[in-house]
Amino acid sequence: MNKNVVLYAGILIFGLAAPFIFPAFKVQLSILCVLIILAATWNIQGGEMGYNSFGNILFYGLGMYLCASVQVGMFFPLAEWTESGGEKTFVHTSAQFFQGMAVGLVVAAIVPTIVAGLIGYSILGLRGHYFAICTLGLGVAAGEISGGIEIIGAGQGFTTPPFPNIGGLEARGEFFYFLSFFALVLAFITIRAIYSTRFKLILNAIRDNEDKAEAMGIETMKYKIIGWMISAFFCGLAGGIMGGLVGYIDSTDVAFDGREMGVFMVLMAILGGKGTLWGPIIGATVFHIFKEGFWTFFLGWQYVALGILIVVIVIYFPEGIMGWLREKYPERFGEVVDEADRKAQVELK
Amino acid sequence: MDGILLGVLFALIAYGMALQWGVMNIINIAQGDLVILGGYIAYFMYLYGIHPAWGVIVSPIIMYFVGIGIYKLVINKVVDRDLFISILATFGISILFMQLMNFAFGADVVLATSGYGTTMLFDSNVVLPNSKIFSAVVSIVFAICLVIYMKKSKLGRAIRATAQNSRAAKILGVDTEKVYAATFGINAALCGVAGALISITFTIHPYMGLPYTIRSFMIVIVAGLGNLPGVAISGMGLGVFEEFADYILGTEFRIGSVFLLLVLILVYRRFKLSRKREYLK
Repeated sequence: MNKNVVLYAGILIFGLAAPFIFPAFKVQLSILCVLIILAATWNIQGGEMGYNSFGNILFYGLGMYLCASVQVGMFFPLAEWTESGGEKTFVHTSAQFFQGMAVGLVVAAIVPTIVAGLIGYSILGLRGHYFAICTLGLGVAAGEISGGIEIIGAGQGFTTPPFPNIGGLEARGEFFYFLSFFALVLAFITIRAIYSTRFKLILNAIRDNEDKAEAMGIETMKYKIIGWMISAFFCGLAGGIMGGLVGYIDSTDVAFDGREMGVFMVLMAILGGKGTLWGPIIGATVFHIFKEGFWTFFLGWQYVALGILIVVIVIYFPEGIMGWLREKYPERFGEVVDEADRKAQVELK
Repeated sequence: MDGILLGVLFALIAYGMALQWGVMNIINIAQGDLVILGGYIAYFMYLYGIHPAWGVIVSPIIMYFVGIGIYKLVINKVVDRDLFISILATFGISILFMQLMNFAFGADVVLATSGYGTTMLFDSNVVLPNSKIFSAVVSIVFAICLVIYMKKSKLGRAIRATAQNSRAAKILGVDTEKVYAATFGINAALCGVAGALISITFTIHPYMGLPYTIRSFMIVIVAGLGNLPGVAISGMGLGVFEEFADYILGTEFRIGSVFLLLVLILVYRRFKLSRKREYLK
């Protein structure tokens, strides 16, 4: 138990200090935080519940648009803002910016959760590959439709309010880093709390055999929806942060980017090992480093590399890094994972 | 009318998907990208001065080998694994193809002009480009040939046997590995035909693959596996729906409405089945 406290404290301190240790990579680090949130929350229903969704991008994009729209709409008419495009006629004061951001993030987290609850009953009745394809369709449809709506910029995109003019780029980077790091800590605590309760066991039961779980008297639908709603909450939050970070929202390239982000979150979770607490976190970190490397050194060929990467990961590492380590070094791995396992068990008792 | 002709093409693609889904239990997300690749083959023939209609013959031959190549490299490693793994793997192939085509052929929308005229029907109330009629006829011919081939030939029988029960087929001396490869090849060849026809009738673009995948998936789930008349009818239905959606909602919502329709169909079927406490398998 003591070791874990040290471990977590170490990670926390490192996380807090990271922007000062690597000042050049602040934006990258905040993106990493967002990616970890996405992968870890995908893992709730993808890894633990066995419902492989390509559609969490729906909540991510929804959160992104909502956060930005609320931030603008609270103070200025939204339609005129969109029309003015790049040339700003309205400028947020710093109080307005932070106020808008705070309300926007709350809305960005709550609304996707409600949406997930509403559509959950219909969508989650599908199983296996039908669920996967259905959610893929949802994500792409959302992107195509939002690309046709005028008030949020349609095909031209939507500019989020610029960061107020205090402290310049440095302050902006730090603000978004700590925002996303805070969200990550929140997500991690929530997920860890969930994983140490009966709820996780129910999700695993649904994954292993849903009919039997139902026969055992578990209201599977209720738990499936709750699981999906938790995912949606954090996806929306992550989307809202990412929208502010990128500064520009495009319907199919940034927000409902099923081709990139929607696949990334699945890939990261699988790469790290789905169905584990640490798997998605490790997976996201490794993936992000890889991706940035590809993007830098193979510019133009990044999608080719990405496609090959997906195929290779899926064929050769379907169990992910955690699973691979478990096979390769059972005794060493036993120590690492048992710690996580034992921790969960101790808390159960 | 436009919609029906379009639907015949969709049905051809969907039949390929139903074939490999039934036989190999794989959902190929790269289906649409194979179609587009087939289209580019026809387009290149057009660029070199050959009439693109010949692409209908050349492109399936090339695509057959492309299909077998993909099978040997990737698919045979995922064929008996979890379905989700195969979805992800083909998604990877799809992204790969998309980008390679983007490099090789550029990101422009292209069209191979066939030079066919138009036909007027009912006192010129209905105007039909001949290229569309041509493509519909060719698709029907190919579909009929394929059905006969599946019924009569030795390989066709082997494919059907594997679809019914792959283990039993293996015991009875069918080389399932070969059957899988051939199925994937035939599917790719069908995509090649459809792609060549699409490049004549409509436009092709490297990023247009995914909608074709979704359309064929939709047709297959509406019609059911191995139900060829159903595939044809639901293909035409989808074609008509799209034309109407295009007309009523506007072109920018066309693709979106297709994807939304997929979600609605799946949800509808889920509720219909859940009354009997069953689910889509």
